[in-house]
Amino acid sequence: MDFSYTETQDMIRDTLSRFLADTYDFDSRGKMIASSMGRDPGIWKALAQDLGMLGASFSEDRGGLGGGHLENALIMEELGKVIAIEPYLQTVVLGGGALKAVGGAVADAVIPEIINGNVIIAFAYAEPQGRYNLANIRTIAKKDGAGYVLNGHKGVVYAAPWATHLLVTARTGGATTDVNGVSLFLIDANAKGIVRRDYPTVDGFQASEIYFENAAIPADALLGDEGAGLPLIERIVDEATVAVCAESCGVTAKLHQGTLEYARQRNQFGQPISRFQVLQHRMVDMFMEVEQSKSMTTMAMLKLDLPAAERMAAVSACKAKVSRSAKFVGQSAIQTHGGIGITQELAIGHFFKRATMIENQFGSADHHYERFERLTLAD
Amino acid sequence: MQLEFSPAEIAFQKEVRNFITESYPENLRSVQDEEHDLSKEDFLSWHRILAKKGWIAPAWPVEYGGTGWTATERFIWSEELASADCVGTMPFGLSMVGPVIYTFGTPEQKAKFLPGILSGDDWWCQGYSEPGAGSDLASLRTKAVRDGDHYVVNGQKTWTTMAQHADWGFFLVRTDPDAKAQEGISFLLIDMKSPGVTVRPIITLGGEHEVNEVWLEDVRVPVENRVYEENKGWTCAKFLLAHERTGIAAVARSKRGVEKIKAIARTEQDGDRPLIANPFFKRKISELEIDLTALEFTELRSLAGEAAGNGPGPESSLLKIKGSEIQQRITELALEAVGHYGAPYFRGFGEGDNEHPIGPDYAHRAAPTYFNTRKTTIYGGSNEIQRNIIAKMVLGI
Repeated sequence: MDFSYTETQDMIRDTLSRFLADTYDFDSRGKMIASSMGRDPGIWKALAQDLGMLGASFSEDRGGLGGGHLENALIMEELGKVIAIEPYLQTVVLGGGALKAVGGAVADAVIPEIINGNVIIAFAYAEPQGRYNLANIRTIAKKDGAGYVLNGHKGVVYAAPWATHLLVTARTGGATTDVNGVSLFLIDANAKGIVRRDYPTVDGFQASEIYFENAAIPADALLGDEGAGLPLIERIVDEATVAVCAESCGVTAKLHQGTLEYARQRNQFGQPISRFQVLQHRMVDMFMEVEQSKSMTTMAMLKLDLPAAERMAAVSACKAKVSRSAKFVGQSAIQTHGGIGITQELAIGHFFKRATMIENQFGSADHHYERFERLTLAD
Repeated sequence: MQLEFSPAEIAFQKEVRNFITESYPENLRSVQDEEHDLSKEDFLSWHRILAKKGWIAPAWPVEYGGTGWTATERFIWSEELASADCVGTMPFGLSMVGPVIYTFGTPEQKAKFLPGILSGDDWWCQGYSEPGAGSDLASLRTKAVRDGDHYVVNGQKTWTTMAQHADWGFFLVRTDPDAKAQEGISFLLIDMKSPGVTVRPIITLGGEHEVNEVWLEDVRVPVENRVYEENKGWTCAKFLLAHERTGIAAVARSKRGVEKIKAIARTEQDGDRPLIANPFFKRKISELEIDLTALEFTELRSLAGEAAGNGPGPESSLLKIKGSEIQQRITELALEAVGHYGAPYFRGFGEGDNEHPIGPDYAHRAAPTYFNTRKTTIYGGSNEIQRNIIAKMVLGI
């Protein structure tokens, strides 16, 4: 058992942290979001080509730095500290994760392009009726000659307006919630028959509703075996869930730190409000939630390669705890700031918005408590 | 970073597991929930076996009798002790005064006191709290007045756990009545058989005799029994409290507690289903279990930090707060789970009494244990005091 970081891991964290401190201050972030693209593509290029950051979690023989889950978590935590709107989760954790898992020609072709920053992947999996059930899919991929024809509607696809590729879950067989008959495809985001309705999200990203209208996709877009994609999808979503929990550690650490700083300089009743014990104890409770989030994220990250049932129980335990912590820390931060906390003027409110979206991303606390119970608390 | 044990750690785990299986006293099996019914000899029998093996004080430096185990080995050891349901060892010597003596004591004090702590020949108690000095410990009034080679001590201590068995006590006393609260305190080791020491029982809600009042009337204590400098006892007191807090997370033991609750909830019926199938009760168990995992990995991260050279610091207050809350939630769920049969008052088996107590075995102690465990958020610095410590020492507010 070992909880230490390697020198390379420390270096990744320090390098990224310095870069983000220079590029991602609150005003710069606001300008990126307000720009026509809703992002600054130069940042992504720099992450890839100047820092080598997008290769951190890929093996060295694929041109990466030889890392894995831990590097993804480190990077997501740092991105969380500046509430970055980069598509790292979608492109590297989900897209890269799926490609690493299936390997083969498509992985050989696409992974180097992820590493050098030319590819952005969006994960089109959620459907309006599906809630957090990954098998609840109405999008149909119907066999058509050598390829498939795709029809259906995917909702709230983060980063889709920026994407070169879409990672899509679809039914190649079975009824709407069957575990069998689910397949995973990596397709060209600009293929004919893909209609997007783009919009900003409350936490600063761009997303889309995506309608597949007889979109023709080639046979080699299929990742893994036809109809047997659910275990792979569950696995990459678990990996992404832990990554989001790591991001939450960064977001909530900053919510806590910002609250401490504010309470020290805000005077009421003739003294800084940080002197009031009722607020001190709330800030201690925030500290304890942040620390426990870090602990749970470490735990789940270290269990991502265990057999599926153990992995899922660990990830659900982590997300259940982290979701509740994100809510508590976020709400406490706003409450301690008072009125200024609910304006757009301070960064704190923007951290709160991201924390709030993290709560339900890849499943609410309730969803994950339930999955944990199903796996570990049988009658 | 990795979770798996190395081959050497697996071999270590096997070694300690075998040792426990072979050496744990037969008469102490399955009594963990009823520790307060155990006699001094019951406690000492396991202590002496561990002392003989050289494993009684794994956290101590090797030169004073520690094992030299890594943080991971110590983690394995505590897991194995808990999963075998072993009774604990008394912390007052091993985790409290022992580390104070080997850190602050003179060579003579180390030679005189450490062997008795390790062997179990000396049973220690802690003289800190007073009727007027609880959370505000530094307001203590027990005074020690220098008289030649002795201090003459007068005052009253309270909540003194297991003082009825104690050979020695470590006491905080005021040696300078004019100094500011924390600056006039000294740390004295007092022979509990000294004339003028009186121990009176306090019976707590579960009917147990764990804690006592200790009265000190003109007790003469040799000056050589003062640890560290006169009026600098607060330094020892703070050091001891930080040490006390790390073990206080009680993770391994709470894991056993959660397993016991699951077993009860699978046995108890709730209508036509076992209690564990009740979604509300099930959610309480899963919340408890997940919070315990968070505590466990927080402790592991903290141990890793310690191994990297950061001693137990104020963040160990987090372990105390969360650990004590979880211990209480376990007893709360156990009592809830047993339903009606939480009520019958089981007085223990009297002489020649072989009548089976009322209700299922796991119910007998549910209520007394629940009552007793309210102590965990009060002792060792109440959880409110722990929050003050984090606010001041970690957050700097």
